[in-house]
Amino acid sequence: MSETASGAPADWRDQVFAALRQAEIRQVGYVPDAGHARLIELCRADPQIRAVPLTSEEEGIGLAAGAWLGGERAALLMQSSGVGNCVNLLSLAKSCRFPLVLLVTMRGEWAEFNPWQVPMGSKTQQALELMDVLVYRVERPQEAAETVAAALAIAFNGDLATAVLLSQRLIGAKEWLK
Amino acid sequence: MAEVTEHAAGLDRRTAIGVLLAGRQDLLLVTGLGSTSWDAAALGDDARNFYLWGAMGAAATVGLGLALAQPERRVLVVTGDGEMLMGLGALATIGAARPSNLAIAVFDNGRYGETGMQASHTASGVALAGVARACGFAEVFDLAAEEPLAGFARRLHEPGGPLFARVAITAAETPRVLPPRDGVFLKTRFRRALGVEMS
Repeated sequence: MSETASGAPADWRDQVFAALRQAEIRQVGYVPDAGHARLIELCRADPQIRAVPLTSEEEGIGLAAGAWLGGERAALLMQSSGVGNCVNLLSLAKSCRFPLVLLVTMRGEWAEFNPWQVPMGSKTQQALELMDVLVYRVERPQEAAETVAAALAIAFNGDLATAVLLSQRLIGAKEWLK
Repeated sequence: MAEVTEHAAGLDRRTAIGVLLAGRQDLLLVTGLGSTSWDAAALGDDARNFYLWGAMGAAATVGLGLALAQPERRVLVVTGDGEMLMGLGALATIGAARPSNLAIAVFDNGRYGETGMQASHTASGVALAGVARACGFAEVFDLAAEEPLAGFARRLHEPGGPLFARVAITAAETPRVLPPRDGVFLKTRFRRALGVEMS
């Protein structure tokens, strides 16, 4: 595990950000999400990265395709519910073999409070796989950055669509009753 | 209930695409599913055209990603009213991102041309130019004649944006001229034309 300048182990979210930097990601499309809050903040603060807030996750599939047409690499940050919004648009990535990297924070699983999150959360991986997106799942913090780096590598080396599911156990279930 | 109105005044769509792309220079073009893709093909296929054959609603956001990646180039998205209505949120996203090199032109016949000319929301009075204005586009045009459209076409090459034009067209059907439909080919050809494809 890498360490920060102070010597403390870096947070896995900071390590994921470093993986995006390392892969020369220049555009990051996102819908605001608690699980991605740190990563969104880091992307917005980085002058090398154009962070683009979206009204719906499906816009990100078009954004990433356009970025690639113009010679830039993009990554998308979304919650598992947003994967459902993307399904038809994934045909754009598949038909044209656009490289695609989705970092998906999971809801509707580990200790979920809101049952309305469960129908999409429990089918997120299957929905992605139905559309031939390669899916990698992260359960432990020490695996997060290397898994994201691996997904970035295979996506941009092979013009393939990939998703990394960041499990709810990893992120921590949303606290509802404070 | 809103009355369905005919878009009586309007341009022939093939005339409109010709006016828009006259003096194209190095403009990059994205077209939406489906008639606007046939319009661009009718004018002449070009490596700098990216035609969407699917992904309805995505034309504007493909243009956005491209415009952000190529800030020195002008990017034009030409799509239809039905395609734009499916991705209306993209106008808000573009309004927030404010790319100064992106323009969107919507050919509005108030019809879903590919599915049998059923009325779209714009035939019931939904005003796309008003939506774009409310979303914060820098300049918004509502055009129904050749001369003002030619003015917009010249404006495309000047700095500043994002620009939005609603172009009223007639619902007359035109011969289908189909561009290549192999997505990988279109993508790679476009990237080569821009000099960003390494292999």
